[in-house]
Amino acid sequence: MRCHVVTGKGGTGKTTVAAALALSLATGGRHVLLVETEGRQGIAQLFDTPPLPYEERRVAVARGGGEVKALAIDVEAAFLEYLDMFYNLKRAGYALRKMGAVDFATAIAPGLRDVLLTGKIKEAVTRRGKDGRLVYDAVVVDAPPTGRISRFLNVTGEVAGLARSGPIKSQSDGVMAVFRSPQTAVHLVTLLEDMPVQETADAIDELTALQLPVGSVIVNMATEPLLPADVLATTAAGELTAAALLPALSAAHVSGGAEVAEALVAESVEHARRWQSQDALRGDVEALGRPVVELPLSSSPIDLGCLFELAERLGDLQPAVAA
Amino acid sequence: MSAAQPRRASLAPALDLAALVSDPATRIIVCCGSGGVGKTTTSAALALAAAEAGREVVVLTIDPARRLAQSLGLVELDNEPRLVETPGASGELHAMMLDMKRTFDDVVSAHATPERAQVIFDNPFYQALSSSFGGTQEYMAMEKLGQLRASERWDLVIVDTPPSRSALDFLDAPNRLSRFLDGTMIRLLTAPARAGGRAGVRLVGAGFALFSRIISKILGGQLLNDISAFVSALDTMFGGFRERADATYQLLRQPGTAFVVVAAPEPDALREASYFVDRLSSEGMPLAGLVVNRTHPPATTGLSATRAEAAAEAVAEAGGPGAELAAGALRVHAERMTVAIREQRLADRFSSAHPEVAIRTVPAAAGDVHDLEGLRVMGRALLADEDDTGTGTPRSRVLPARPPAA
Repeated sequence: MRCHVVTGKGGTGKTTVAAALALSLATGGRHVLLVETEGRQGIAQLFDTPPLPYEERRVAVARGGGEVKALAIDVEAAFLEYLDMFYNLKRAGYALRKMGAVDFATAIAPGLRDVLLTGKIKEAVTRRGKDGRLVYDAVVVDAPPTGRISRFLNVTGEVAGLARSGPIKSQSDGVMAVFRSPQTAVHLVTLLEDMPVQETADAIDELTALQLPVGSVIVNMATEPLLPADVLATTAAGELTAAALLPALSAAHVSGGAEVAEALVAESVEHARRWQSQDALRGDVEALGRPVVELPLSSSPIDLGCLFELAERLGDLQPAVAA
Repeated sequence: MSAAQPRRASLAPALDLAALVSDPATRIIVCCGSGGVGKTTTSAALALAAAEAGREVVVLTIDPARRLAQSLGLVELDNEPRLVETPGASGELHAMMLDMKRTFDDVVSAHATPERAQVIFDNPFYQALSSSFGGTQEYMAMEKLGQLRASERWDLVIVDTPPSRSALDFLDAPNRLSRFLDGTMIRLLTAPARAGGRAGVRLVGAGFALFSRIISKILGGQLLNDISAFVSALDTMFGGFRERADATYQLLRQPGTAFVVVAAPEPDALREASYFVDRLSSEGMPLAGLVVNRTHPPATTGLSATRAEAAAEAVAEAGGPGAELAAGALRVHAERMTVAIREQRLADRFSSAHPEVAIRTVPAAAGDVHDLEGLRVMGRALLADEDDTGTGTPRSRVLPARPPAA
């Protein structure tokens, strides 16, 4: 498995998961490229580096000497690169940029944008050094959200209306071959909430129909119940009373008496209900029939330390993914 | 920036949504904000509350969760408002889900003869433009808003905005699209197909000829032909498109319109809200205030996180019947206080940059909101009196203005 595409509904933390996965894959001296496709500079923010230019830059060193490089693909630059590569039009490209023509071309043919992005991804996945060996052991893509993912990856479908022959056609066929091969996996990030789980199910159906390989489902920001497991159900049902808490609270000299006890009951009931409704969605996630990994909710803003912790959790995913 | 830095407690004004929705002068409410903050549920909850307050309301949703759509009766996609059964409401609630392709088709039909419209519908470029073009959804949302308002069938139109990363897209995309349809580039590109086109080409010179050649090489001559045919067919409508976008944009500036910005208590969402508020004020568009959605106000602020944590340990150590349970409840409270402090700090940061913006916080529901009862609960949280929480924390805040007792 060398090409990991990470998608998820907006707000599920797919950039964080993609970054953690890249760190995890780099463990033990491997070289990993983390690719950003939406021009948000989310990777730079996560790794606390200045905005990424359109070039591969090292953002982290993993345990055991591996490294993660990151690339924020700039569609305009990729277009010029493409013109240069296939039409030998480098200088004309700059003139076009000045005219705003590049913007225009990607605007009238939205598919062109995705062709350029995926073309760059394929190039990185298959790139070989002078010694003939693959430059990257793995490429992790922080991809567009679930709502757009199948369109994004189904490159040949995208260009069907654009080009029936020529460089674009042959390039998109090559990209598609990589995406459909066993070396690719599309991972879906979700939260234990209705909409993200529903969108994950929809995306899996779409990807499967397009013969694109679905990898794991990553449940992000999962929380643990703080109440004892045996009282969660009764608490959620509203059977917890202040009287049940008061003796222990008084013994520990918690001030506020019954009033505080009532407040604790109210908060505990809400906590139990929230946990219960999340837990109910676990069943729906399992039913998707994919390997599932849960990542805990971080209580602090995500920094590099958190990413390493998440990467460690994702290490469990690798055997499942590699299988 | 640092959390330890002492800060003057900035007291944001309270947002009175009850007054807003029941005021007959309020004719349009636009709910905007970045994706995933609960705009759709907020719009639906406001609409239901307004219907219960006696208004004739229509809510235009863009992308509701499936179960919410079902509970609003939005199962058939006919791009027309449907009456929602709201027993006991003195007003009426209609709901609809935007079908952007259909809305676009309607605009074309309204502006062209049936033959000409058919030519446009059959054009492959139009098909791409009307179903997947960036900005079409925003343009059509605004178009539909204009139609609903113009029909005078409802006295209040509430509109949800498309899910985009940036809330600003709602304001910018329609202009971008109409500029594009109207644009010089598209005219030049399709010039050879039109009379007088040659002169245009000569004017821009060799650079453009080169561009045109490359574009046709890369995108294929067919696409250019399609665009060219589309532009000629659309020619008579361009004025119409642009005029309509401008007219709706003006509608958003009128006194009967109110913007409600929705944000989650998270840095990204509040940053977006902040940009949006600035933009509204520079455009002279009327902002009602900010809804901070899914907050976690504690049921009591009489016990701090630190003390609750310490008590949890003491209780667990002492053991005995109910100790584990009480320790758990104390930990729930400690976590809740920690979360609330973070949320309040984020809200304060917003308020220090925008001290004039009124705020209402809406506590997170324990599960997803997907039925009328859930909307009613949320509506109460949106409209209830500022000080009726029973915890001493006003509804404009997550925690009381005074720091909680240590």
